[in-house]
Amino acid sequence: MASLDGKMLRVVSGLSLVAERGQVTALLGANGAGKTTTLECAQGLQKRTGGSISLLGADPDTAGAELRARVGVMLQDGGLPPSARPIPLLRHVAGMYKSPMDVDALVERLGINQFSRTGVRRLSGGQKQRLALAAALVGNPEILFLDEPSAGLDPQSRQMVFELIAELRDAGMGIVLTTHLMDDAERLADYVYIIDRGHNVAEGTVAELLRHDHSADSGASDRTLYFDAPAGLDFTGVIGAGLSITESRSGSYAITGAITPADLAALTAWWAERNIMPASLRLESRSLEDVFLDISGRDLR
Amino acid sequence: MNGLLAPNAGPASLPRRIMQQGRYETVTMLRNGEQLILAIVLPLMALVGLVVTPLLDGLGASRVDTATPGILALCAMSTAFTGQGIATGFDRRYGVLRFLSTTPLGRGGLIAGKILAVLVVLFLQVLVVGAVAGFLGWQPRPEAWLPGLGLLVLGAAAFTALGLLVAGTVRPEATLAITNLLWILLGALGGIVVPADRLPAVLQGIVHFLPSGALGQGLRDTFLQGMIPLPAVLILLLWTVLAGGAAIRWFKWN
Repeated sequence: MASLDGKMLRVVSGLSLVAERGQVTALLGANGAGKTTTLECAQGLQKRTGGSISLLGADPDTAGAELRARVGVMLQDGGLPPSARPIPLLRHVAGMYKSPMDVDALVERLGINQFSRTGVRRLSGGQKQRLALAAALVGNPEILFLDEPSAGLDPQSRQMVFELIAELRDAGMGIVLTTHLMDDAERLADYVYIIDRGHNVAEGTVAELLRHDHSADSGASDRTLYFDAPAGLDFTGVIGAGLSITESRSGSYAITGAITPADLAALTAWWAERNIMPASLRLESRSLEDVFLDISGRDLR
Repeated sequence: MNGLLAPNAGPASLPRRIMQQGRYETVTMLRNGEQLILAIVLPLMALVGLVVTPLLDGLGASRVDTATPGILALCAMSTAFTGQGIATGFDRRYGVLRFLSTTPLGRGGLIAGKILAVLVVLFLQVLVVGAVAGFLGWQPRPEAWLPGLGLLVLGAAAFTALGLLVAGTVRPEATLAITNLLWILLGALGGIVVPADRLPAVLQGIVHFLPSGALGQGLRDTFLQGMIPLPAVLILLLWTVLAGGAAIRWFKWN
């Protein structure tokens, strides 16, 4: 889709994605995977050296004010002048649009009035993020690009921002966001592209990505059963042959694979026969993080 | 979204966007203490200094009549080159240029807004310096105002282009150092407030070709003799085109 010339470095190549209105599309990848480069090419901030991008039917490189008015952008570093105060800054950005949002209502909705008398320079990371989100939204965009929207947010701000994003999506806005947090993608995204070294390596709804087993050919959904029990138990023959069992610490077990209700019944029956009561018992589904690590490997980038 | 979200109605008109940016940049400049010192206080101190010392004696006109056109030229360098250059350099560092260029304002509107702010601040400087100089006895030829202001705007264009070139190509700390240092060097030795024939012999040949020397001497010719200095106009045009072209070619937005 896009590539960056720079020192003849191809940051992004062989990447193709589609984002729809009324959906949250997430680009998920490690640091340096090419998420921001992709977004900046789509926003017209970086000139691509190849490939094609269609944004609301137009090429972002030659976009005029009409197109820019329909697209809201929240940059990773915010892009807010340090000496500005939040409300005059939002009014200033609002002045670039024919019919912007009501700044007072937006300020109220994002809790910006709590810090409206503080200069941007002295805002916390989460406050800056909320202000940058407001600045991206104030023009009533049809498409909203959010680069790492949850970076630096405390739990309350995060909740507020996530609820707002879901509402905007339900109101028909097309939202494209980048994140390296699996939790963000699981909670927010209707469609996820997993990006690694400038390629998209997997895509689908969260449910599709979780269902698909990228590491083996079992085809069933992966689950892990964690429990603490006396050390050195031998479960051979108790559970299904396709399951793997590890004892990571003495007495701490994890059974991984397509665990069936019959496996659970067999295991608990086996414990009952021997009067073994596990100290803890926890069943977890495969997480997006597991999918991501399976696909992109576990090496540090 | 509790009724916040409305159908997109497009951008504000181009003149409105540029006015909006110009006003914002003007207010930001005027609220900044260091910028005000550079734009108003230092030029006024230089004016008073030139009027109370015999530095400009023997040039055929009164001290204040000789000094004031050069001080106006110094004002243009303060605002268009040093002030605007430093502000743009730091806006670039903080991603402000990138963010604003994604709004309907765009890159062209952003530059136009900066130029507008420079012109507004320069106008205020002319008012203040003109008033103080008038109080000190400045008697400009009335017919010199129109060409004088035109030349001042052309000088501001050349210095804006140079300021943007510096701000867009080096780190903001370097922009700060370069534009402040050049302000002092060109202010003292660039033919801007002190006419070329009062400078050391080695400098006399080159200052006319500097934007500082061309603007300073051009304004002195205009306000003292009532003549339109064509060489100065050409030199300032050349600087505007060269620095503007270089800025368009090499300005890095991030």
